Amino acid sequence: MDYKNTLTTCIYCGCGCQMNIETLDGQIIGVWPSKTQEISQGKLCIKGWNVTSFSDHADRLTTPLIRKNGELVEASWDEALTLMAERLGAIKTESGPDSVAFLASAKCTNEENYLFNKLARAVFNTNNIDHCARL
Amino acid sequence: MIDEIRKIVAERLNETDDKGARLDGMVALRRTGPAVAPHVFVAGDDLSTLEINPRYPLMTVVSRLHKRLPDIRLGVVARGCDERAYVEMAKRNQIDPERLVILGFACTAEEALECYCAEPFPKNLVVGTPAAPGPQNPIVAKYDTMTLAERRAFWKQQFVKCIKCYGCRNICPECFCEACAMEDKAWVEPGFLAPPFPAFHLIRAMHMASRCIACRQCEHTCPAHIPLTVLYDLMRRDMEALLGYVPGADLAALPPLSVTLEQTPLLLGDAHDPATIPLAPIGR
Ligand code: SF4
Ligand code: SF4
Ligand code: SF4
Ligand code: SF4
Repeated sequence: MDYKNTLTTCIYCGCGCQMNIETLDGQIIGVWPSKTQEISQGKLCIKGWNVTSFSDHADRLTTPLIRKNGELVEASWDEALTLMAERLGAIKTESGPDSVAFLASAKCTNEENYLFNKLARAVFNTNNIDHCARL
Repeated sequence: MIDEIRKIVAERLNETDDKGARLDGMVALRRTGPAVAPHVFVAGDDLSTLEINPRYPLMTVVSRLHKRLPDIRLGVVARGCDERAYVEMAKRNQIDPERLVILGFACTAEEALECYCAEPFPKNLVVGTPAAPGPQNPIVAKYDTMTLAERRAFWKQQFVKCIKCYGCRNICPECFCEACAMEDKAWVEPGFLAPPFPAFHLIRAMHMASRCIACRQCEHTCPAHIPLTVLYDLMRRDMEALLGYVPGADLAALPPLSVTLEQTPLLLGDAHDPATIPLAPIGR
């Protein structure tokens, strides 16, 4: 019997509620809101309570996908990031920085979104930045 | 207190019964850095990390393990409300009494006060001295003085805050149904906030009538600060007054809602003014 509670942070929004993912022999069997940290104080919203519903879902992406000849093909992070840097660089040169929009995610942390905003504004020189919660 | 509990847990984990069998583990809380969560301690574990706060519904952990591991024999470090939760779960086949040893400890007077607890200690009391019962929730006394219209207005004002997280149900040791009426479209149409008044909250209140053992976990986990256990305290009071049933008190007592409803209609007698019962029961 390998019973564990793994403390983690909800990925659904920037609040940072914490919960323990309860597992038995590697299988998720429950979620316990963390009562020992100040942010969420033993409370969760419906998304937090159900945060594990996608973890072993068949549709979950576990690697980046690159479209090759019209088909999405699994790729390594190196390959995906290199391709993105090349293509975005080329688009910026050809059509200017405002030809691209940056869409951030409410599922990332504040810090990640801050960096994303830096990437858009300081590296790519565009103010075209918005987030998924407004889409 | 905590040192004594740790010592007794260590002893129990190393003990063998007359058949030479040991407990497979002890369900309790464990500290990891600043965080505390439910855990299963086994013989040889560092018990200096065993904690008794903050409270989690540990009988739910026992139940999850009993259901998945049919041979496992567990101990559990339990408060009065954990033991009472066990009583109502065991009689509904959620825990196997033959595979559980309860190591009970008494709550402090302060905890009894915070929980409005009528019995702040378990029957299997191993550590601590029973504290005096806590007071009744003052909202219950106030509620008794309200008119029907005021009561309705009170709950309306409370329930409209609900964000429909289902946390009250999820954390409740007595909510373990595979298909929950609170997710049944017939009662609760999906996609709306606040949830339907008063069906959403009264479903659980009705179902808690013979189950709620007043651990207050639901109220603590409610992000909307709805005084949910006022409803359940009122239900429990009626259950005792009208049907003589006290959830959590007796493993052998059959819950009246499971045995009486089919055969005999329930009579709402003079023990309580029927006019104070705002709405007809909801069930399935
Ligand atoms: S309800 Fe509170 S005081 Fe009563 S047994 Fe449980 S923790 Fe202790
Ligand atoms: S107090 Fe709340 S969580 Fe505890 S048994 Fe009653 S309804 Fe369930
Ligand atoms: S609210 Fe009722 S149906 Fe839902 S889990 Fe609790 S007891 Fe079962
Ligand atoms: S815990 Fe509170 S907010 Fe969440 S569903 Fe229950 S009553 Fe509503």
